[in-house]
Amino acid sequence: MNLLGLITLLLAGGVAAWAGERLKPGVSRWISLATLAVAMLWLAFVYLSWAAGSQTNALYAMQILPWIPRFGISVHLEMDGLSLMLVALTLFLGVIAIVSSWTEIESRQGFFQFNLMWTLAGVVGVFTALDLFLFFFFWEVMLIPMYFLISIWGHENRGYASMKFFLFTQISGLLMLFAILVLVYVHWRATGNFSFDYYDLLETRPEGDLAMWLMLGFFVAFVVKLPGVPFHTWLPDAHTQAPTAGSVLLAGILLKTGAYGLIRFVVPLFPEAALQFQWPAMLLGAVSVLYGGYMAFSQNDFKRLVAYSSVSHMGFVLIGVFAFNVIAVQGAIVQMIAHGFSTAALFMMAGALQQRLHTRDLSAMGGLWKYAPRMGVMTLFFVVASLGMPGLGNFIGEFLVLLGAFKVSVSITVAAAIGIIVAAVYGLLLMQRSFQGEPNDKVATMVDFGAREMSVMLLMMAALIAVGVYPQPIIDLADPVAQLISRGSP
Amino acid sequence: MDLLWLIPAFPLLGFVILFATQGRLGELPASLIGAGSMGLSALAAAFVGYEFVSSGETVFTQTLWSWMQVGGFNPSFTLYLDGLSLVMMGVITGVGFLIHVYATGYMKGEDGFSRFFSYMNLFVFAMLMLVLGDNLLVLYLGWEGVGLCSYLLIGFYHHDPANGYAARKAFVVTRVGDTAMALGMFLLFKELGTMDIQAALSGAQATWPEGSPVVTAIALLLLGGAVGKSAQLPLQTWLPDAMAGPTPVSALIHAATMVTAGVYLIARTHDLFLLSSTAQLMVASIGLATLFISAFTALTQTDLKRILAYSTMSQIGYMFFALGVGAWSAAIFHLMTHAFFKALLFLAAGSVILALHHEQDIFKMGGLWRRLRIPFVSMLIGSAALAALPLTSGYYSKDLILLKSWSFNPLFWAGASVAALLTALYSVRMISIVFFGEMRTEPHEHKAWNLSLPLIVLSVLALAGGWFGLAPLAAVLPDGGIDHDPYAAWLVWGTASIPIIGVVLGFFIFYPPAKSHERNLSAGVKSLQGFLFSGWGFDTLYRTLIERPFNAIAHWNRNDIVDSLFTLIVTIATWTSNLIARSQTGQLRWYAANMVIGTVIVLMIAVVVS
Repeated sequence: MNLLGLITLLLAGGVAAWAGERLKPGVSRWISLATLAVAMLWLAFVYLSWAAGSQTNALYAMQILPWIPRFGISVHLEMDGLSLMLVALTLFLGVIAIVSSWTEIESRQGFFQFNLMWTLAGVVGVFTALDLFLFFFFWEVMLIPMYFLISIWGHENRGYASMKFFLFTQISGLLMLFAILVLVYVHWRATGNFSFDYYDLLETRPEGDLAMWLMLGFFVAFVVKLPGVPFHTWLPDAHTQAPTAGSVLLAGILLKTGAYGLIRFVVPLFPEAALQFQWPAMLLGAVSVLYGGYMAFSQNDFKRLVAYSSVSHMGFVLIGVFAFNVIAVQGAIVQMIAHGFSTAALFMMAGALQQRLHTRDLSAMGGLWKYAPRMGVMTLFFVVASLGMPGLGNFIGEFLVLLGAFKVSVSITVAAAIGIIVAAVYGLLLMQRSFQGEPNDKVATMVDFGAREMSVMLLMMAALIAVGVYPQPIIDLADPVAQLISRGSP
Repeated sequence: MDLLWLIPAFPLLGFVILFATQGRLGELPASLIGAGSMGLSALAAAFVGYEFVSSGETVFTQTLWSWMQVGGFNPSFTLYLDGLSLVMMGVITGVGFLIHVYATGYMKGEDGFSRFFSYMNLFVFAMLMLVLGDNLLVLYLGWEGVGLCSYLLIGFYHHDPANGYAARKAFVVTRVGDTAMALGMFLLFKELGTMDIQAALSGAQATWPEGSPVVTAIALLLLGGAVGKSAQLPLQTWLPDAMAGPTPVSALIHAATMVTAGVYLIARTHDLFLLSSTAQLMVASIGLATLFISAFTALTQTDLKRILAYSTMSQIGYMFFALGVGAWSAAIFHLMTHAFFKALLFLAAGSVILALHHEQDIFKMGGLWRRLRIPFVSMLIGSAALAALPLTSGYYSKDLILLKSWSFNPLFWAGASVAALLTALYSVRMISIVFFGEMRTEPHEHKAWNLSLPLIVLSVLALAGGWFGLAPLAAVLPDGGIDHDPYAAWLVWGTASIPIIGVVLGFFIFYPPAKSHERNLSAGVKSLQGFLFSGWGFDTLYRTLIERPFNAIAHWNRNDIVDSLFTLIVTIATWTSNLIARSQTGQLRWYAANMVIGTVIVLMIAVVVS
């Protein structure tokens, strides 16, 4: 099997789940799980066979097939260390998403699983495609099933939220498509060949204002996805309305496609323009950190609060990427992984609470620890992780970003560091308003986490501890790309 | 000495076991794990300490694993043992063990017994990482870890929202300082390219001349962290509220160990402060201001634990003061003796509070000395040491600080001496009101060995803990250990007599305690007392300047003003679409007329353009 096989496997797993559900209700989630298990085994096999081999080439898998040769479009898939980690995170969180919505989804289970798997397939494609046309294709593939996940299985205001999500992503995606086409045109003018291939376009190097505009076309598309202020407003609505699995995937992986795009495309394709744009981009990151954190503080809705906290945490990624030094870029990458776990866990918690209490309103909660101590401990853990406690993954990410950014701009670093204080304010307030305080008798029948939920929580907990005390594997895997972006600057 | 890693490992293991069993253990097994892990840790510390001292070496390091290696930033989990960390380790494990034993009695029958000990064990682990870390990042791990445990334990009785507020306040206020400290670490790394403490200190000496602005900036940023953690001005407001936690927590975290972390940090990075007289003066001034302000406040408090809390702030103020005036070893010496007598005072207060069914108002106590003998004697000894009466442990350490401050600046000496007088005053007031006079609440003493034994051991330490000095510090701190400079005889006698004068004065003012109960104060004195009682109005100040505006703006913008930008686009689009839709009337003559008008306009344009 190869990369295309992996994507096809996920697509086929989705179709099989949908079909299987018609034959035997309840089977679809097992089909999805089995598909993901096979995919994970394949990934492990790829990594191990690389590790057992010469290890000279930091490329774990690659594949090129012709697709539309007339326009230089091919199915070019590659997996380097960064892609490997992100694909692994995608598959892992896919499992989490399925398990966390095991009993939540009651209608059209099969179609639900189909959309879930197709979203995952799209994301894997995004993380591995090195043909810009193919990349854009997958960018759209992951969007549409996600739109369905929100609009069909979402909560009370799902129509509005899903449309908003769709429009933001689609319009910004259009900018990117336009930038891609212009870039290909510039390449054609220079060489006489049509090519959408990443490595060909890397050589293109458009100049001056044109490079800046093209860079901005990509930048906006990715920052909308990240999301950075002021393009973040789709996120709280989409998250709040999405079913648990949707929120887990959105926060855990889809936001990372934005960060991935910045790292893989924006900086390498337009190095000079990106360097010129360093200050505004870092400023945008710092504003996201502070504004997202401050907005999180003012929320009454558990999910909205966590959604805004994502804006804040992803602001660190933006700062890290545009600091252009190894420490900060590595911090951004660790932050992507750690945030994937911590936020996915918090959204799972929000979903579990909503399923039990039929509300996300924090003012209707309080004192839940008494009835559900296991949920309380887990919430505490992930809140503490996301407010940047040393020893857990998020700390490494944020600390390295700040450490690297400090060399570039003291004021940006100070602003973002203040965001860490704000994170403590809203994080602990979330804990207080949900699980601590006066026990509320109305919720006395609440059921605590069972073995199924605890086991996935413990898995994510273990992952965050591992990243927190020994992040070296991530750093090593991401090293080539970090070197590339920072051009050797430590 | 290779067993060094075991010292933090035992409490960590205790935490993991208690965490994994999710409170299913009974009180006895939970006590055995919670206090037992501390006992093993203290034993290991004693063993390692003995080996270290008898080996004659000054430094021992043990690398556990490399944390990460990224872009020249290579922190590792390395433990670093020298005289300073040895003293700290001894205090943490020794006093910590005694407090754990006491807590097994104090927390008996409480909900969340095993949760309590898991947090306590985690705290000790973090505190040990703080003092043993060879690297500022490992130190920071411990630093944040103790902050987390402090938060968890202040809010241990989390059903009461007020406790939750106190816990969050403690965490957030100290995090303001922590952030300053992190920035100091970034600056240090940017300039010297390392966060290894020893490498950074020698690098600093080699790189910067005395008084260089960079080193001043780094020292002041680190001081920011120290000020937050050690509850010094202007970040001191969290400590009195932190008394919401169970009393053993106050003894361990908010008296003996965590709050002295700031003192440790400055002593550990003393080379940076030596390079910057500005930073030194700042440390001394902050210490002086804090010890002065909080001694006055302690004099007016009515809650037994809050008296002790303000007293703790004041005593840590003395330690900062000592660091600032260059009495490095005396600062750490006072840290140790303070850990003994303040832990003793808190635990004795805990026994009183327990006997009175969680009554903390001293004016509802009184006449307890006959009934609560062990707590009474303990508190007496603790207060004597706190007031620094001659021959108690507190005397040896505080006396050194005061004497040294004379050569720094006689005005500083005078300020600290007035506060020393106040210390004696509020100690007498507390003893008099709590233990003498009319009995107002019937006590029920809990007689248990695990409640009494720690009090007895700590009483001995509070009395005799200062007799032998602190030899191991000599190799670490710049003043070469506890020095005995020749001071003028009148200064020595004068300084030693201040606490005695204070006690005598206090006796006349506060004895018999009835005098404190029925006092007719004038309005002016009352408002002054109210001002002092509130801790000099800092809480009100911060609430008005920071908390209220923060909340108000958050509330005003809760629907995210940025979103209205996009809503506006939608509104305009809808409005335009309606406008155009209105032109579709379905009437043929309307269309015909429009076509004619349109054609005319186009032709006109064509004519004009051509």
